Amino acid sequence: MTDETRKMAFICSKGTLDMAYPALVMGWAALGNGIDVTIFFTFWGLDIIRKSRQDHLEIAPVGNTSMKMSMMGIHADNVGIPNAVGVLPGMTALATKLMKDKMKALGVPPVSEYLQMLVDGGAKLYACKLSVDMMGLKKEDFVDGVIDIVTAADFIDMTEGAQIIFI
Amino acid sequence: MTTRVISGKTVQVNEEGFLLSPDEWTEEIAVEIAKEEGIPELTPEHWKVIEWCRQNAVNGRSPTLRQITAGTGISTKEMFALFPKGPAKKVAHIAGLGKPEGCV
Repeated sequence: MTDETRKMAFICSKGTLDMAYPALVMGWAALGNGIDVTIFFTFWGLDIIRKSRQDHLEIAPVGNTSMKMSMMGIHADNVGIPNAVGVLPGMTALATKLMKDKMKALGVPPVSEYLQMLVDGGAKLYACKLSVDMMGLKKEDFVDGVIDIVTAADFIDMTEGAQIIFI
Repeated sequence: MTTRVISGKTVQVNEEGFLLSPDEWTEEIAVEIAKEEGIPELTPEHWKVIEWCRQNAVNGRSPTLRQITAGTGISTKEMFALFPKGPAKKVAHIAGLGKPEGCV
């Protein structure tokens, strides 16, 4: 092990519930190992830091080939949720609720609380300027832990020497 | 498995230097390991966490950081200030316990 602190940077580009957790879990694990953590939120990933959105992220069964009936409590191995069923009103809400319930049962905190833990642990959060402009958002739309709205070039500068993980 | 002498006592440790048996731990050992971990002095707050972790260890493994903050009332921020750079792991090392298991 070298004297220099290891650095990891995560790029969150997705805003679905299942894609919010990887950076939270790995970022938390990294902080727990004394690693410097930076997270850059871009495109739909901005939903993870938006006050109005972060606890309303969803997961849709349509087009999700990995989501099987077993998630609904029906044990049928490889039997999927038919797309024709997935389009019914309420199916996205149902899938989201099931996933949130499973997370809760495992003691996994909701996105807002988890993100705050990372901020308290020293993770640095940044929002992507281009995405922020495109979506017509402002700094006030984001949670307090977000340090600044920066360009991609700024992000590249500040993560020199870091291991970068794109999600 | 190797042994090493900490504060005049011979203890069994793993390859990362964690004590293999929590029973071999003493307060003097905690002080010595804390110094190695970059904490020059253990304050009453440090001891509160160390003692709580020893009391709540499961199978010799220290609790996770979230369990510690929930159980002691000490915030995540304070934990990172008390035990910088990986609080749960550092407490486990100092408290003579195994590394915590779990992702939260």
